[in-house]
Amino acid sequence: MISIQSEDFDSSVEYSALRDSGAGTGAIATFTGLVRDNGDTQDVSGLFLEHYPGMTEQVIAGLIDEASRRWDVRKARVIHRVGRLLLQEQIVFVGVCSAHRGDAFAACEFIMDALKTSAPFWKKELSEAGEHWVEQKASDVARGEVWKT
Amino acid sequence: MTNQTLTVRFFARLREELGTEQLTLPAEKDQTAGDLLAELASRGGPWAQLQSGQPVMIAINQAMAKPATPVRAGDEVAFFPPVTGG
Repeated sequence: MISIQSEDFDSSVEYSALRDSGAGTGAIATFTGLVRDNGDTQDVSGLFLEHYPGMTEQVIAGLIDEASRRWDVRKARVIHRVGRLLLQEQIVFVGVCSAHRGDAFAACEFIMDALKTSAPFWKKELSEAGEHWVEQKASDVARGEVWKT
Repeated sequence: MTNQTLTVRFFARLREELGTEQLTLPAEKDQTAGDLLAELASRGGPWAQLQSGQPVMIAINQAMAKPATPVRAGDEVAFFPPVTGG
């Protein structure tokens, strides 16, 4: 299931929902991304997140499908927030249920890495010095590429 | 009558710098996304960056596309900077 929303999410609620994925599930891996105080700029006080409604959901659904073909994925959950977010707020949640930990870790990391370089979201850092559209990082692109081999 | 126009959308930094969220343009015969980008860049001013600035990503009908991908009447074409979510 995929949610693009401005509201915050409760990771304990999401975790409970992931646990309810059948007796074959032996592992759950989750990732949560937070707004931190430094990125392209320093003293970041918050972010503005823009997305391309419709395409975003399609791209993420495609990533979950690909993960399900490559690993044992019994359930997957992706939440990504948009709009204005303050320091230390939650941005993104990825959770994957698998039979074994290897598949859960790999599928969770793949979805997160691929989301960063293919899902149409854009971040703007906000600080007292002004606003700055974040530039795509070569290191993020490289992480995405690793999964293609 | 069929729709003979294209919807062109811009996001993030491009949306702000072009001061434009969406355009409706007439669809041309045998046009590619790259042709459309060149035509828009020829408007000059901030539009020139579509060809000479930072990389521009292209989506057609909400799927990633390339400059050589054809655009047809009724299509939704989007131009945006490399994505930075997560």
